[in-house]
Amino acid sequence: MSEIAIIGAGVAGLCVARALLDRGAQVQLIDRHADIGAHACSWWAGGMLAPFCEGESAEEPVVRLGCEAVDWWAAKTQAVHRRGSFVVSPARDKSDLARFARRTQGHREVTGPEIVALEPDLGDRFSKGLFFEDEAHLAPRAALAQLRTSLVADGTEFIQDDADPDVYAKRGLTIDCRGFQAKDQLKELRGVKGEMLILSCPDVALSRPIRMLHPRVPIYIVPRGDGIFMLGATMVEGHAGKHITARALLELLSAAYALNPVFGEAEVLEIGVDSRPAFSDNLPRIRRDGNLIRVNGLYRHGFLLAPAVARMVAELIFDDIKPEMMDEDTA
Amino acid sequence: MPDFYGTTLSNGLMLGTAQYPSPAILADAFKRSAASVATVSLRRESGQDRAGQDFWQLIRDLGVHILPNTAGCHSVKEAVTTAHMAREVFDTKWIKLEVIGEEDTLQPDVFGLVEAARILSEDGFQVFPYTTEDLVVADRLLQAGCEVLMPWGAPIGSGLGLNNLFGLRAMRAHFPDVPLVIDAGLGLPSQAAAAMELGFDAVLLNTAVAKAGDPASMADAFAKAIKAGQLANAADPMAPRDMAAPSTPVIGKAFLT
Repeated sequence: MSEIAIIGAGVAGLCVARALLDRGAQVQLIDRHADIGAHACSWWAGGMLAPFCEGESAEEPVVRLGCEAVDWWAAKTQAVHRRGSFVVSPARDKSDLARFARRTQGHREVTGPEIVALEPDLGDRFSKGLFFEDEAHLAPRAALAQLRTSLVADGTEFIQDDADPDVYAKRGLTIDCRGFQAKDQLKELRGVKGEMLILSCPDVALSRPIRMLHPRVPIYIVPRGDGIFMLGATMVEGHAGKHITARALLELLSAAYALNPVFGEAEVLEIGVDSRPAFSDNLPRIRRDGNLIRVNGLYRHGFLLAPAVARMVAELIFDDIKPEMMDEDTA
Repeated sequence: MPDFYGTTLSNGLMLGTAQYPSPAILADAFKRSAASVATVSLRRESGQDRAGQDFWQLIRDLGVHILPNTAGCHSVKEAVTTAHMAREVFDTKWIKLEVIGEEDTLQPDVFGLVEAARILSEDGFQVFPYTTEDLVVADRLLQAGCEVLMPWGAPIGSGLGLNNLFGLRAMRAHFPDVPLVIDAGLGLPSQAAAAMELGFDAVLLNTAVAKAGDPASMADAFAKAIKAGQLANAADPMAPRDMAAPSTPVIGKAFLT
């Protein structure tokens, strides 16, 4: 098989490249930027590998396919922390916690002393929580860099080019992993705006992602180590401004402050804003049109679903197995 | 059937479009319930770029009447600006007018509401004001040009149902010819049925459906309850009484057995 061109070197493109390389293919990665950075959705990912928590609002395939993610990332990178994840709610919204418990699996209820034992810095502010023991988190930027390094070490060529997938497809098998950039060819793709912050707060120590349920402002906070935290993330339909709104900034920071007032002293290192690429059911798609395979719609589940989607792309190419995420095929 | 500003709707279910797990599930909820109106909230930054348009297009594709909403506006100026934006994006004179006055209960600022309603009505909008059950405010809104009133059942998103039955009943009696919609606070279909039994023309809800485990089934349940309540109201329900009134005649029945 001749070299396969993968266009877009975000989380989807890198995972597809790794999966194809592992099956013995030669690949080249083409991206309009020389290196991954703030232009890419995956740069701003929370990095939660939390399929069970996502099951609260996501459909069944997200939970099932997301369960592949922890082992995959742990095998391919050193960026994974298997310490579970935690869901809490303020006392007045405890019915939200009960509902979250009803709609998810893989958790157990923890109360006062055990919460303090797991996360001392949550103190006694939360009397009840849900602990998802089998979930994990990773440092997204480290994971992407390590994946890229391993690909380069295995002979993958990275090319900087604002490539048109149709042009590449005329030469040979091409995989379009451009995310929202592929909107020009995938009309029904929509952008769901997300806003997030990176904070430095060395006085707070958390071991695992914490989700705080709230009827108006649900947030999660993911520890990155060395006193750095990622705080996210808004989900805004139909508004795709380039910058964070004052409201979002206020709400995110207030929620962090409610989680632990010490976050009032945090320094804001970065503000991230991007559009998650999504189809109408918020599930990913694999589509084949002759020599061109399109992979898109990972929505807020880039790191969670990219390993499973990459596996399916490899199975399509090498084993001729039609992926469950495939809704168009004109090979 | 409800008639708003000369548009007759096929049923009294008006459904919000926020907070669903996905647009596909949103569309399913509309399909299953046959809701006649979709409300959609706009903020000022929207409608300016390509990515923002995609969600609006999904709403247009539902094929129902669209009622844009000034949700989250706290001042007259903000609400008026948002209404103008909405008219451009959705090409409709309809506007659900929200001017929020209190952060914890999200109850309307009725003073700002009346002022904004007057400004927008004079500008050719057909205003659906989110208000309280206060009769004096209601009257001012009608004077300002509103031909529909939308009192709250309970605070937005609370799911508490009809908090002030007396006030809502009084409103219905006071304005027999004005279309009245219960807007906000409903959590269960039985509460929607109760609103229709009181003689309201429609109910507007969002969270109760969007946040249900199965939004489409919940939307269907609301649609059926609204139909039941409306049928019951039209059927002239019996009046409650304190004394038992047996449905089987007792005259002539042996009382010593």
